Amino acid sequence: MSTEVKQKESLFSKKNQRLLSDPFNDNNPITVQVLGICSALAITVKLEPAIVMSLSVMFVLAAGNVIISLIRNLIPNRIRIIVQLVVVASLVILVDQFLKAFAYDVSKQLSVFVGLIITNCIIMGRFEAFALGNGPWKAFLDGIGNSIGYGVILIAVAFFRELLGSGALLGFQVIPDSWYIANGGFYANNGFFLFPPMALIVVGLIIWAQRAKNTKLIEEN
Amino acid sequence: MNVNSNAYTYTFATVMVVLVAVLLSGASLGLKSKQASNISQEKKQSILASIGIEVDRSESDAAFGEYIKQSLTLQGGTVVSEDASAAFDIDMAAAIKVGNMDRSVPLYVAEKEGDTYYIIPMRGKGLWGPVWGYLALESDGNTVVGATFDHKSETPGLGAEITTPMFTDQFPGKKISEAGMFKSISVVKAGTSAGDYAVDGISGGTITSNGVNDMLTDCLAPYAEYFKNI
Repeated sequence: MSTEVKQKESLFSKKNQRLLSDPFNDNNPITVQVLGICSALAITVKLEPAIVMSLSVMFVLAAGNVIISLIRNLIPNRIRIIVQLVVVASLVILVDQFLKAFAYDVSKQLSVFVGLIITNCIIMGRFEAFALGNGPWKAFLDGIGNSIGYGVILIAVAFFRELLGSGALLGFQVIPDSWYIANGGFYANNGFFLFPPMALIVVGLIIWAQRAKNTKLIEEN
Repeated sequence: MNVNSNAYTYTFATVMVVLVAVLLSGASLGLKSKQASNISQEKKQSILASIGIEVDRSESDAAFGEYIKQSLTLQGGTVVSEDASAAFDIDMAAAIKVGNMDRSVPLYVAEKEGDTYYIIPMRGKGLWGPVWGYLALESDGNTVVGATFDHKSETPGLGAEITTPMFTDQFPGKKISEAGMFKSISVVKAGTSAGDYAVDGISGGTITSNGVNDMLTDCLAPYAEYFKNI
């Protein structure tokens, strides 16, 4: 180990860039690793909570990754999972408290799901698999990358569900009122999009589209 | 230093717990007043919504002062206090633990376009958690002008529908007393309500609907007693 020459790596080297870009496509936490599905189904009825959830996860994951990475050599191996849990739980409580104080309406909409960030397996997964073995800068990039990969899917699903389920985007009506059957038109919102099963189907379609484009994801058998 | 020794593990855990506790209690204390004001603004917002005044949460403090002329505290049908902030601060969750004629409950007297309205807070149990709301009566203390409901964790699409206009729009025009006797408004099976004393429940949300029904009976009774004498 000590004979190894330590190379100075630039902040945005190829390798570091891959930490950011990999989770976006080749190693997406939702569509490839199939983690964090629970929240992808639960909070994608509307676009706004999906965006806030993605930002909250980004904060918790990036900050948590950095904290775990900074203390990685101090954590006793036998209680490392507990230490990780304490770090996630404290960050989540902080996010929850700040939302309640400064974005009260959003915090009401997210209600229990903020607390459920703790159980988002992406977070514990990245702590255990990446932050415990890498430096803080890399861990930070990995956290941002993974939460973007998570957020992109969440927002895409929410986009389709709000558009087709409520005819709105971010709360603004986009389907003209005159189109609706109630007003003599021909259109009706698809109520099924408001229920979680439709989120699963949308995620499935996204996975299908992604694999059709990115053939290296297809398993050989 | 051996990172995996018992002594180190215990020390690490202790230090971690103390640090985290200090951090979290600091955040909680620092943000408490801001959070409390959000909650009280939201409460004012829903009180005003029951008489058809829709304001943004940020404007609810001013609007509340403008429309709400009196906040009384009632006990068993008589006014025990006219202190506005004492009435507003009554914790309904604690109040409903006492029998309905013994509890101290607030009554808000509002004035809108020259008409007087009485606004009654309610709280009860739904399927998963508490349900609450505000019912506004005309100056006769009998005819309903509006109602708002909210809940903590009722099922979306079923019990949670009590907050929607589909449910609340049934209330205006209903009555709570018949010939001076308190009758309450029943929440009945969807599609079977008739007359001035019943509204349709939510189909598929029976337990929440029953909860609202019980809440109306329980919380309106002490006020009906008060309105008898005015």
